[in-house]
Amino acid sequence: MTEATDLPREVEAMIGAVKYEESGGFPVERGYVWNTCAATENANPIFWDDAVAAEITDGPIAPPTMLSVWFRPHHWAPGRTEEHLPLRVHFDLKEALGLPEAVMTDNTITFGEPVRPSDEITSRQILRSISPEKTTKLGTGRFWVIDVEYHNQDGVLVGVESYTGFGYRRPA
Amino acid sequence: MTQLTLDQVAVGDALPELSYDVTATTVILGALASRDWRPMHHDRDFAQVRNGTRDIFMNTPNQAAWFERFVTDWTGPRGRLGRMKFRMRDSVFPGDTMVFAGTVKAAGAGDDGCGWIDIDVTLTVDDRVCTTCEVRVAVPTSDDDNPWARHGDDWRP
Repeated sequence: MTEATDLPREVEAMIGAVKYEESGGFPVERGYVWNTCAATENANPIFWDDAVAAEITDGPIAPPTMLSVWFRPHHWAPGRTEEHLPLRVHFDLKEALGLPEAVMTDNTITFGEPVRPSDEITSRQILRSISPEKTTKLGTGRFWVIDVEYHNQDGVLVGVESYTGFGYRRPA
Repeated sequence: MTQLTLDQVAVGDALPELSYDVTATTVILGALASRDWRPMHHDRDFAQVRNGTRDIFMNTPNQAAWFERFVTDWTGPRGRLGRMKFRMRDSVFPGDTMVFAGTVKAAGAGDDGCGWIDIDVTLTVDDRVCTTCEVRVAVPTSDDDNPWARHGDDWRP
């Protein structure tokens, strides 16, 4: 993506900065693995047969596509008053650039070391790039790319979700 | 489950289609298994009134799990997902029959000897393309190879 050269200084400083490091809040567990395999009728034996898992994946793992599952907060938690907002850098950018509307145009997940039961995963958000102003059929605004990196308790990268967003103003 | 190896794959190969009749239970099971509690994935009144959709609809993380199942049904258990790129175009509702189809775009061993296959997968309902997904998956290059045994710098999806 072409880089913008006309950004406010505080927005430029956001590029490459590590933001919103947080933990998933509960250890990875097999109940959700089996719920997911049941919901999708996924018979892959690495999730159902411990002997196969031992042979192929060095023990049980979670399906790679469950990466973000370990980060969705409980529907309710004692004492919690604020709603948990996912991908906060995206909302920070809308505000900092004064762009009231935004859509996600695509989402890429890159998988690293497998996620295993009892892992404690942490995530962090990094703004990678912002485009010059562009006009699409939605309006005029900018594209940006935000990476969400996921690491396990040993600091090993288990995956990266990369989101392309377009923040814009509707045509007057 | 049989195990696919790289030598059995050629560009242009089609994956076996997967067809599935979606019910409200499919949508809700998938949403809750992916810890997605948002009401448009389980509450029809909310979906109709607030989202303006005809019914509840499948959430993205659950669709990702369906794409994984579709691809690994074909590769077998040593198939290891490296990368997935999604584009969401339209929604999947109860009553829809979703059809997953895939075509091999590239296949070959990387510099590090890992056997990579790139696949274009589509989820369609009737003639509506609902989601497209570019998938990069590693498969064994021989009977005694296992992509899951790759760690650190040896795993470069």
